Amino acid sequence: MSEEIKKEAPAKVKVTIDGITIEVNPGTTIMDAARMIGEEVAPPAMCYYSKLEDTGGKCRSCLVEVAAGSTADPRPMPKLVASCRTGVMDGMVVKNFSSERVIDARNGVVEFLLINHPLDCPVCDQAGECYLQDFTYNHGKEYSRYKFVKRTFIKEDIGPYIQLHMTRCIMCYRCVFVADQITEKRVHGILDRGDRAAISTYISRAIDNDFSGNMIDVCPVGALTDKTFRFKNRVWFTKPVDAHRNCENPKCCGKATLWLRGEEVYRVTSRRDKWGEVQSFDGKPGWICNTCRFEKKKTSDWVVEGLTTIPRHSVIGANKYKKLVVPNDPLQEVMKGVQPKLLMDIHSISEVNNPAIDLSTIMGPSNSNDFKKAGQHEVPYDETIQFGTRSDKEVEE
Amino acid sequence: MSKKLLLDKAHIDGIRYFDVYRREGGYHSVEKAFEMSPAEITDEVKKSGLRGRGGAGFPTGLKWSFLAKPEGVPRYLVCNADESEPGTFKDRYLMEFIPHLLIEGMIVSSYALGSNTSYIYIRGEYAWIADILEEAIAEARKKGFLGKNILGKGFDCEIVVHRGAGAYICGEETALLESLEGKRGNPRIKPPFPAVKGLWNCPTVVNNVETIAAVVPIINDGADAYSKIGIGKSTGTKLISACGNINKPGVYEIDMTISVEEFIFSDEYCGGIPNGKRLKACIPGGSSVPILPANLLLTTAKGDKRLMNYESLSDGGFATGTMMGSGGFIVLDEDQCVVKHTYTLAHFYRHESCGQCSPCREGTAWLDKLLRKIEEGRGEMSDIDLLWDVQRRIEGNTICPLGDAAAWPVAAAIRHFRDEFEWHVLNPEKCLRENYGLAHYADPLHIPVAN
Ligand SMILES: Cc1cc2nc3c(=O)[nH]c(=O)nc-3n(C[C@H](O)[C@H](O)[C@H](O)COP(=O)(O)O)c2cc1C
Ligand code: SF4
Ligand code: SF4
Ligand code: FES
Repeated sequence: MSEEIKKEAPAKVKVTIDGITIEVNPGTTIMDAARMIGEEVAPPAMCYYSKLEDTGGKCRSCLVEVAAGSTADPRPMPKLVASCRTGVMDGMVVKNFSSERVIDARNGVVEFLLINHPLDCPVCDQAGECYLQDFTYNHGKEYSRYKFVKRTFIKEDIGPYIQLHMTRCIMCYRCVFVADQITEKRVHGILDRGDRAAISTYISRAIDNDFSGNMIDVCPVGALTDKTFRFKNRVWFTKPVDAHRNCENPKCCGKATLWLRGEEVYRVTSRRDKWGEVQSFDGKPGWICNTCRFEKKKTSDWVVEGLTTIPRHSVIGANKYKKLVVPNDPLQEVMKGVQPKLLMDIHSISEVNNPAIDLSTIMGPSNSNDFKKAGQHEVPYDETIQFGTRSDKEVEE
Repeated sequence: MSKKLLLDKAHIDGIRYFDVYRREGGYHSVEKAFEMSPAEITDEVKKSGLRGRGGAGFPTGLKWSFLAKPEGVPRYLVCNADESEPGTFKDRYLMEFIPHLLIEGMIVSSYALGSNTSYIYIRGEYAWIADILEEAIAEARKKGFLGKNILGKGFDCEIVVHRGAGAYICGEETALLESLEGKRGNPRIKPPFPAVKGLWNCPTVVNNVETIAAVVPIINDGADAYSKIGIGKSTGTKLISACGNINKPGVYEIDMTISVEEFIFSDEYCGGIPNGKRLKACIPGGSSVPILPANLLLTTAKGDKRLMNYESLSDGGFATGTMMGSGGFIVLDEDQCVVKHTYTLAHFYRHESCGQCSPCREGTAWLDKLLRKIEEGRGEMSDIDLLWDVQRRIEGNTICPLGDAAAWPVAAAIRHFRDEFEWHVLNPEKCLRENYGLAHYADPLHIPVAN
């Protein structure tokens, strides 16, 4: 059947998303159609990555309601569908932000993603450019109903350049697809299943491949970080500029973003588009090689093109671009008409910040157990196990 | 005594071996099928009204007719023998005692679907049954029922037994195909469905063991005779594996006209509840289907007698009904604790989730922890509402139905047994020593049959 469709001239199909109609090629996903319309209707994507085949469908953050399947069959779909993996049909009507069911389900997805997430953004290297942070601010609630011990893993060095902190991973599988699709050979993957599933190289094998650094860029959270940059600086103190160099590696695109402080290059990444994905040049994703990323840390290695455009609501743009005129727009306008979804008073949430707790009464270095809220129960031993492999060195310490 | 089509000969001495099986009329359907065209066989299966016995109850003939048939691309039949649902053990019985029935059904179905290499994916723990099947295949091969040019009719077919490695999720048809291809058993995102892109991207039909075995009597006796057994859309016979608090646990072949009450209390089937205890609740279709209290189990909300078939069991939707599922019939007497029972199931689903999608990966673990907390007397009232909310947000939002299967038992337990959960919270110490008991769940009119 699909063969027959292909033979005909590909007529455009009409799809309506949150009241806006657009014509797209058949076979386009709802997500891509929504992105063509613009940010105001594009569902959030935590696992889908348009430049990597087969991604998507897993995180369920992009669920949408299909109010009418197509002109031919206008019945609504009974379940919410993952917009990143559902193709549009002619006459389809999709509800995204305008559907209460979607908002509720997404709220649930945020909660699920966070129950095993450390929530220690102040000490996480990804803070400021973390998609889970954005997703939570946009779709989450200001408190958690999860009162159990979180699953934790031991940090693992996978090769000379990358550190894996599985505790922060949201299992989007993107890094696995990167390794499959743009490196020579994948040496990491998913071990075990269910809530014990983990990204690992099995026996701490080094990931050693010219393009492995791109795994860091696709990771939406702080699970994979650049060891040459880790904790050297907060991202919002650095200044991103676009730059390029003539890279000898034919597969490397050579166009990158340098993250500067003064004249010093703290970090090199691939360039990002407005969906947080690597930018395409001449229709090809602009992946960069490990030499450009990890070895070329002098401005003289690069030809600087100019300041990187940063979305106005991003914290990275704060306090920079001194000579530019800062608009006096109200917050709402800065955010292109989108209401800030969540503004919270951290003192009312975190017990660590609770002024009523006298820190001097706590013996020794404190941890979060000292700030347990009343009613929090003792945790059975087997729920406190830390997963992962400890190196011999750590055991001795 | 209801009619038996699958297990009628299962107790004959030596039926496991080809010679006895053949002497008793075995492999007749292969000879008959080869006189028909593949389309005619599919039509017979369609007319018979056979519904998939793996859990979802999808009409088998219809599924077969969806199989794409592009030129030059092989097609595959895969038999799902992963049977890992708690409470379900019917396929095991069939394969262990009368393996040639499955092989016979596989040959006929392979011919109908045009599959020259067919697979039986069997759960790893059934190690000895895999050996039995391989022995049966070798015998059938020697007698010319498998291999090249079967019975001189020009059809080639090989059957390969593939052992799983111990994962419930590999019973989900697309996870099964991944596993069969040698990959991690993660369910695929559908569409495309296996009928279009299945094993190695070729059109594939996945059917349960019992479904494939049922093709044999359909071809032998004809679709009309088969569809006359049963009621409405529940045609033919169904294997039920009964366990729990009953006098005679085991595998029973029923025609789908008997009532649930008869099934539990008559001596032909479960033989009632031991020690004069009373019926409290039952999960009639394997661990994934909603649990029902005795009163709703025996009669529907409309007041009719509930029958052991697809329509009657699901009468009333999830509010007052349940599902036929895979036929794992689990009976709970008055001494059973629904909280503990639900916790056990939640623990199972947490352990078996593949971990691909966030609601199921995180949600099943959360359900497990909350239920354990309540079961151990550490629960709070708000935990019950939280359980409800968590299951609600898993259901329907996941890639495969395992998410639903984890959510439904919790939802049903809270829907029907909320007071038992509350009692646990209010009596944190007593609940460790005592049981909530029967409360008002039992059918007040039913006189228990003491043994
Ligand atoms: C988590 C999960 C586990 C399953 N396990 C089995 C199983 O062990 N055996 C089986 O026949 N079907 C199982 N199924 C159903 C299969 O996906 C599929 O629907 C079935 O094999 C189709 O066969 P049928 O049409 O003959 O019923 C399972 C489904 C799910 C979601
Ligand atoms: S490590 Fe990062 S990219 Fe890889 S699966 Fe986890 S969150 Fe995704
Ligand atoms: S619902 Fe559960 S088992 Fe199914 S794909 Fe998602 S995580 Fe895996
Ligand atoms: S972005 Fe669609 S499911 Fe993750």
